[in-house]
Amino acid sequence: MVKVDGSGGQSSLIQVRDLDKTYRRGGEVIDVLQGLNLDVEAGEFVAFMGPSGSGKSTLLNLLGGLDVPTRGRITVAGDEITHMSSGRLTEWRARHVGFIFQMYNLIPVLTAFQNVELPLLLTKLSKAERRSHVETALGVVGLTDRMHHFPRQLSGGQEQRVTIARAIVSDPTFLLCDEPTGDLDRKSADDVMTIIEELVGRHHKTVLMVTHDPVVAARASSILHLDKGVLVEGKHASQLTGAGGVA
Amino acid sequence: MKFARIILANLLRKKIRLFLTLGSFAVALFLFVFLAVVRDAFTRGADVAGADRLWVINRTSIINPIPLSYRDKIARIPGVKCITHDNWFGGIYQDEKNFFPQFVIDPENQRQVFPELIVPDDQWNAFVKDRQGVIAGARTAERFGWKIGDRIPLKSTIYGGGAWEFNLVGIYHGKRPQDDETQLWFQWDYYEERMVQAYKGNVGWYVLRVEKPDDSVRVAKAIDEEFANSANETKTETESAFAANWVKQLGNIQFLIVSIGTIVFFTLLLVTGNTMAISVRERTSELAVFKAIGFSDRAVLFFVLAESLAIALIGGVIGLLSALLLIPVLAKALSGLLPNLILSPTMLASGLLVALLVGLASGLLPGLGAMHMRVVNALRRV
Repeated sequence: MVKVDGSGGQSSLIQVRDLDKTYRRGGEVIDVLQGLNLDVEAGEFVAFMGPSGSGKSTLLNLLGGLDVPTRGRITVAGDEITHMSSGRLTEWRARHVGFIFQMYNLIPVLTAFQNVELPLLLTKLSKAERRSHVETALGVVGLTDRMHHFPRQLSGGQEQRVTIARAIVSDPTFLLCDEPTGDLDRKSADDVMTIIEELVGRHHKTVLMVTHDPVVAARASSILHLDKGVLVEGKHASQLTGAGGVA
Repeated sequence: MKFARIILANLLRKKIRLFLTLGSFAVALFLFVFLAVVRDAFTRGADVAGADRLWVINRTSIINPIPLSYRDKIARIPGVKCITHDNWFGGIYQDEKNFFPQFVIDPENQRQVFPELIVPDDQWNAFVKDRQGVIAGARTAERFGWKIGDRIPLKSTIYGGGAWEFNLVGIYHGKRPQDDETQLWFQWDYYEERMVQAYKGNVGWYVLRVEKPDDSVRVAKAIDEEFANSANETKTETESAFAANWVKQLGNIQFLIVSIGTIVFFTLLLVTGNTMAISVRERTSELAVFKAIGFSDRAVLFFVLAESLAIALIGGVIGLLSALLLIPVLAKALSGLLPNLILSPTMLASGLLVALLVGLASGLLPGLGAMHMRVVNALRRV
């Protein structure tokens, strides 16, 4: 079960302790995250909610090793990433993190297959092995028949599914989703969330997701709220739906 | 090789821009190589000079003559193998713009001193027998469509005017591609016979070969000492030094060519650099994704450099192929106005090297920018 009070044990997959992140804008110091603690077990699906500027994306960037904290430490699967060099952090990201962005961020000049294959180019897999992995990942998201299409030939929902395939193809330790449905209509968003749920339920993936949408957040097993740099436990998905808080 | 597809896909992303950049690159590189060829043509003399040849001119200036009587005195100096003499004629063939160099030569020794300029024996014998005979270089003969047996009229410009009639009895070729094949030679006896008394018995310069090239300095010194304090003091120097001094007089032309070449080089750098900078800027978020999913900073730099090098290589090869096709055509069109234009393999290799350097330099700054960009900031730009 996800915890935010620092009481989690060593068995947590992701362990965050006393995390601060401060930005300087001109002479002004902005505290984005303050003394944040977090413990996430393997196989959990956690949604982060909060108003704009509350630090959700900053937290996701820190957990994904894209940014470094001002203070505190982050440990993932026993690796403390907060003191890794830039080069080691890059290698670590390749092995442990799958990113799913709001704007899909596919490479427009590469086909769906080639986009999904990108993370595997960093491995020692043979061409045939890479092909097999890519086809499996595209199969998981239901896009085997679109593998030779370019992003411009796909709908928004399909593009996001390709992004998911790219994120899972190298079998990372956890997935980070930054507003994965933010640019999609309700039907496509629902499809994408179903896939993410399957990744958690059937493939036992750990997923951390930032979203503004309570309907989307309700699909997660835990919801955490960030407000003014502080993380608090939110209502569980079942409580949200039970209270009629979501449509 | 597994990254080749990514590089190729990025390269072909904006086809019109790629086509225009390659075109600019090819044109600029062609111009660069052409200027290098022209510069080489002007400076080639020192490179093709015979190591064992000395030139003797009047110490005052090359336009001042030297007495013919010096020939035997020079020939007697130890170390001199053979000697010949020449005069500049400066005639006009039909029109002033039809310029080509004409020399009065000494048929007896010409071939011993200039063995690299080949005349078939039968043609040479015909030349020796015909007082009005001339031998033309192959390029000049081709330029004017001359063939053996043609009558060649020249109008003298420096020996009191008048028309001179010649019979074309031979055509010479150079042993090497860089040998000058534009000259026209005629006999000393015919020239001397038509000279007014004041000009008789004077040659323009002597050219001699020494027994041993290492002996050149001593022989040159001995020649100049022989005629020191005479009415016509001499200045003797090796052929390469003579050619180098000649080129020095063209200093401004060389400077001009080098300046234009440098401008072309930097224009090339700016055009390609600008293309790469725009291309990288447009793809900031994509490059950030590469870094986010685990591509290293060096891999991102490699992608950018590989792309700029590919542009340079393709544009460069097009430019060099154009040079290979067009320079012989231009050489023919400019025959008589410029020395023979030769595109050597060394020059092609230098052109390719310049192309690759430009490719590397133009990709370096945008590549370093991409390498050092922060993923978080770059992703925010979407």
